[in-house]
Amino acid sequence: MPDGAMPVLDVRNLRTVFRTRSGEVHAVNDVSFDLRPGELLGVVGESGSGKSVTMMSLIGLLPSPPAEVRSGQALLDGRDLLGMTPEELRKVRGARVGFIFQDPMTSLNPVFTVGFQLTEPLRTHMGMTRPEARRRAAELLELVGISDAERRLDDYPHQFSGGMRQRVMIAMALACDPEVLIADEPTTALDVTIQAQILELVKELRHKLGMAIVWITHDLGVIAGIADRVMVMYAGQVVEQAPVKELFTNPQHPYTRALLQTVPSVRGRRVEKLRVIRGQPPVLGAPPAACPFRPRCDHALARCARENPQRIALGSGHDVACFWDPATGEERHA
Amino acid sequence: MLNYTIRRLLLAIPTLLFIALVIFLLLELAPGDPMANVPLTVPPEVKEKMRIALGLDQPTHVRFLRWLQQFFWVEPLHMLDTLFGTSWAEGQQRIISWQSRSPVMDIVWQRMPQTLWVVGLSYVLGALIAVPVGVISAYRQYSFIDQLGTFISMIGFSVPTFFTGVLMIVIFSVHLGWFPSIYDTTLVVNDWESFTKQIRQMIMPVSVLALYNAAQISRFMRASMLDNLNQDYVRTARAKGLREKTVVLVHVLRNSMIPVVTVIALGVPQVFGGAIITEQVFKVNGLGQLLITAIQANDLPMVQTLTFIFAILIVVFNLIADLLYGVLDPRIRYD
Repeated sequence: MPDGAMPVLDVRNLRTVFRTRSGEVHAVNDVSFDLRPGELLGVVGESGSGKSVTMMSLIGLLPSPPAEVRSGQALLDGRDLLGMTPEELRKVRGARVGFIFQDPMTSLNPVFTVGFQLTEPLRTHMGMTRPEARRRAAELLELVGISDAERRLDDYPHQFSGGMRQRVMIAMALACDPEVLIADEPTTALDVTIQAQILELVKELRHKLGMAIVWITHDLGVIAGIADRVMVMYAGQVVEQAPVKELFTNPQHPYTRALLQTVPSVRGRRVEKLRVIRGQPPVLGAPPAACPFRPRCDHALARCARENPQRIALGSGHDVACFWDPATGEERHA
Repeated sequence: MLNYTIRRLLLAIPTLLFIALVIFLLLELAPGDPMANVPLTVPPEVKEKMRIALGLDQPTHVRFLRWLQQFFWVEPLHMLDTLFGTSWAEGQQRIISWQSRSPVMDIVWQRMPQTLWVVGLSYVLGALIAVPVGVISAYRQYSFIDQLGTFISMIGFSVPTFFTGVLMIVIFSVHLGWFPSIYDTTLVVNDWESFTKQIRQMIMPVSVLALYNAAQISRFMRASMLDNLNQDYVRTARAKGLREKTVVLVHVLRNSMIPVVTVIALGVPQVFGGAIITEQVFKVNGLGQLLITAIQANDLPMVQTLTFIFAILIVVFNLIADLLYGVLDPRIRYD
């Protein structure tokens, strides 16, 4: 991880709210993070913890209404994405920020050829002619490991398998050489062997192309194998953030610790029952005034009910938003 | 695709023969006497002779086979004769209307242009209005435009054409006097003045039918667009940074058109059948009106032939709808 370099993406105090009929839902609460060039940042959390919403807020992919980005700043190379007009933001999407989605079976348009869908961003953003774009599209397919690329451009998505379609999605996201690639649970819908292939592919491409990647997942195993740095989210907040080794060996937040304990191990003693975190993540009708994890936390202190802990730096790139100190078992003294 | 088409066309033959038989037998069972319109002063012996002249003394199956032969052999030959000046069908009996004693197909060809102009035009117009209305309604769901579109299509859908037709006549012909209330079929369009006259007499029947058709198709279009607007591939298209116009009018529209195009194709035969009432209201003497008068006069050959032509249209347009489906959706292959 190239430390100290200017971040490609710098997000500060992002807040996103969904306005629904039954009131507001505060999906993203004061999220800040940065992404350095060439880095792979893993974002972990349960379903509904605001991982995807955070990333989609940045580039205007959330349907509005009901979504509304309330405040914050997201600097991509010094330009604020959140202050852009929809048209400016459109020119960023696909060109400088690429996106890969969860379900490759439904993410491609069934009635257009893969070639057409691959050449679209090239023609839109880079002003390529059809033959130029087609040549580049064939290169891209080869890059993501699809053989006989030239011929397969004329195939429709249903003629590809799930893993192959995800490769096409990756090729599409990479088409215009983006600085940032956001991968929203790209391996969740694939079976395990295909998952491994896609992970290998991304690792390889990352070194070849040198872009920064945000990898959203709820699979800690995937994160351990691929990420440089991990950000743990809960109830629309970042609760802990650390380099990947540090996080796995020295987790500080009770939620991170609990998450790590839920991963079943094939080594060691056989467990009778899988560990779970009891309860459900909350749906926030208002910005949290207390620690949102408190009802599910084994170590909740009196202070946790009075205020929402802010992130405090622990050194070596590790920070946590919790009053409890696992070293002492008592309140943390900053 | 060609194999499939040929197979379907071959399969259509037994289907159509069966339909022809059912129509024939149903008409056989229907009460009514073709001699009922003959004045009472005509003596029974003469009536009997007239019956024999019409072939009514023959058993049912002979009459059915005769009709089949006339419809599938004599009439096509006659059509070729008129086209190329040959004389293959000479001396062979054509299907004759009991009412007017002239060949049924000649009358059908006479009436066809009126129906195609009025009903066909209204269908094309309806579809052309419906597609953009459906697209906008879905894209701006629950907006004022959507509500307005929904309201108007509800009216077009639920108020029968015989009511809207009469209403229009009362408003535009009787009170305002803008358009003629009776469609003049004898009008020959040969200069600007007759052309405007033709347009003026077409406006009301065409708009009544177009409203009805547009109401139906726009609902389909809207529902289909709504189905597709929330699909994952739309998000992908946006994530690629495509213009909103491209996302909606290329990605979403192409997918949404698949069911709508089949609905439009399946509706074409109804253009002929469904306009019976409207033709009646505006006195357009097209095919619908022809069918009604034939039924009233017990003109069985005419009713049989017209109904069978509708059946052929339905079978053919079903096939066309299926083929269009295959053309529009690459996931469907017929071979």
